Amino acid sequence: MKHLLSIEELDRDAIERIVAQAERFAEVSDREIKKVPALRGRMVLNLFYEASTRTRSSFELAAKRLSADVVNFAASGSSVEKGESLKDTVLTLSAHKPDAIVLRTPWVGASELVSKWCSAAIVNAGDGKHEHPTQALLDVYTLKRRLGAIDGASIWIVGDVAHSRVARSNILAFQRMGAKVTVVGPPTLIPRGIEDLGCEVRFTLDDLHTADVVYALRMQSERMNDTWVPSLREYAAWYQLNGRRLSPHQVLMHPGPVNRGVELSGEVVDSPQAVITAQVEAGVVVRMAVLYELLAGARQPERAETDVAAAVTEGQLA
Amino acid sequence: MRHAEPLVSAPLPAASLLLRDVHALDPRTGHDARVDVRVSDGSIAEWAEPGTLEAFADEELIEGHGRLRLLPAFFDPHVHLRTPGQEHKEDLETGTRAAAAGGFCGVIAMPNTNPVLDSAPLLRSLRDAAAREARVPVGFLPAITRGLQGEQLSEMAELRQEGALGFSDDGKPVRSAGMLRKALQYQRLCGGVLALHEEDPTLSNGGAMHEGALSAALGIAGIPTIAESTMVARDAALAGYEDGRVHFQHLSCAASLDAVADAKQRGWRVSAEVSPHHLLLTDADVRGLDTRMKMHPPLTTEADRQALIAGLREGTIDCVATDHAPHARDEKEVPFEQAPMGTTGLETSFAALYAGLVLPGVLDLSVLVERMSAGAELFELPTPRLSTGETANLVLVDLDAEWIAGEHGWESRSENCCFTGRRMQGRVLLTLAAGAIAHRDRSLAVVGAR
Repeated sequence: MKHLLSIEELDRDAIERIVAQAERFAEVSDREIKKVPALRGRMVLNLFYEASTRTRSSFELAAKRLSADVVNFAASGSSVEKGESLKDTVLTLSAHKPDAIVLRTPWVGASELVSKWCSAAIVNAGDGKHEHPTQALLDVYTLKRRLGAIDGASIWIVGDVAHSRVARSNILAFQRMGAKVTVVGPPTLIPRGIEDLGCEVRFTLDDLHTADVVYALRMQSERMNDTWVPSLREYAAWYQLNGRRLSPHQVLMHPGPVNRGVELSGEVVDSPQAVITAQVEAGVVVRMAVLYELLAGARQPERAETDVAAAVTEGQLA
Repeated sequence: MRHAEPLVSAPLPAASLLLRDVHALDPRTGHDARVDVRVSDGSIAEWAEPGTLEAFADEELIEGHGRLRLLPAFFDPHVHLRTPGQEHKEDLETGTRAAAAGGFCGVIAMPNTNPVLDSAPLLRSLRDAAAREARVPVGFLPAITRGLQGEQLSEMAELRQEGALGFSDDGKPVRSAGMLRKALQYQRLCGGVLALHEEDPTLSNGGAMHEGALSAALGIAGIPTIAESTMVARDAALAGYEDGRVHFQHLSCAASLDAVADAKQRGWRVSAEVSPHHLLLTDADVRGLDTRMKMHPPLTTEADRQALIAGLREGTIDCVATDHAPHARDEKEVPFEQAPMGTTGLETSFAALYAGLVLPGVLDLSVLVERMSAGAELFELPTPRLSTGETANLVLVDLDAEWIAGEHGWESRSENCCFTGRRMQGRVLLTLAAGAIAHRDRSLAVVGAR
């Protein structure tokens, strides 16, 4: 694998390989010294065109645990604000010879474009409303740990599907792992034609009890300004996941940050059925696995897998 | 009201040449046979049985070997020459050179320039520039509303006196029905066709591609076809009510065609155009997010494409127009959603349509030739015609020549052609516009030049 641009281009084997690698790295995270030398001397560049604390720091942490050097480049306060194009920024930063660029932009397809402009491995950390593949991988990882297997599970994705890259990546990833996916939301926020991705479309939570997993999307308050829904109050009345609607056996997921009182009620966020903090935890190990797959796997095939596995098991620390 | 001559071009020497044994095809005159055609001093002077005419000493001789096609030259009522203000994309000289290379003997330039073409002094200066630089005659459509703002009519009557062929807010719709109604009423005073870019911005809502399964999967805001078709229906009704004359630009979907067909049936004075890219490509071609596939209106579904082809064949759509929209490389080398709308089209229109529609038997060559030159008449200009006494507006084409779009570069200053890399068939060897040689292909053998 040269880049991670989308879930769409991954088959089930590739997803399972990354998840399995993440499971191996999970053990590292539990140690007192949480670091392995797998990517020592490699450079990971975080290039973020959108404000993001958690995804960026999750990638940063993942790279550091693999002993890579990390440079963060945020678009605000930089040459980007002076009108530099994406291409020029990428070409300029490429002069530092990063081994991987973790890229988040508000533009669909930007990661794929960048992958054509430079030789670094590109990790898509969100391209507009298109995809957020590492989120989907960490969700698969989290769910697999919780349920054992995803095959045959009924997963409902609830909320603003239209503006959600998480929804698109997860619809594909959950289906590839054998789940049956249903998307639910107000009709104004369910894009026409989304059913062609293979998911079922619903507009009410009426049969929510049939779901094994309920995945709530973040409802962004700026959507109100564009009158996608009449009010947050009405949205919450129809689509909020709360103790009345959820039954305790259902697994509740959310990509964060949560709007308490909007898409989720406070009590379910704190309930044991919510795996929201487990998702955050999974973020680091899954991103370690992705960086490892792209950098150690592709570039040093002869020593990759066994080397780090050995490093992990022998407790060889950086 | 007295009007200035509407088309302007740089003075080029009048052509004198003999086209020997060419296969002339003109659907309007009914010619479809091998002939010798003599062009003297810029006019079609003689028409004779093949192989019977000899070149005079001062004439160039071009041998067609019974194989090269002589067609009435094409006319494009919808191009963006980007002048004034965006000459890094195109100017009058490069744009008309591209037109000549595509076989066009005339083009009509849109007013979404910087500043917007909405005043008589600006129109005069543009026409002066065209009289120095344009290789084929250029007409202009100034803005319907000042600054394309949709709030106040431009000085339409004065603009007409200065040679405006009509008016358009192309690139934007006339959003307010009341404003378009005033323009239609004022048309009674000044004449001139109102050419309309149809789009309800509350429905297109910042979208970047056709709304459908692909836009849903990609997460790109979609433009529903009703953004166009509801406006076509609205404006057809306004034209009918005011007995005005409107021309619908770059139609892209079946629903718009229904509205046009209905308007025509009612006897309303409407006409319509379609672009080569809407006839040949669909939203599936957007999947790779090649920004050359980003245009307005967007590429639509296969069903819409088939309806457009049928509409062109049956005459609901009157003519082909390229909507030639050049953009600089760095402007298009950005993520899809950031890229400006538009594709170039002048140099590929005939060859793309010939390869894509005529060769597979979808459209007759004669229908294509008719629709590619029909734009002139819609704007009250003489139709290019193959008959003696007419000014030579003709094109010589090698229908057997295959080529790849973009392989030899472009005459246009910009290279954002959606057909780049695709197989074309039919090469324009020679274009005569307003009696002068506007384009000659490098491969054209000049046999008898003396």
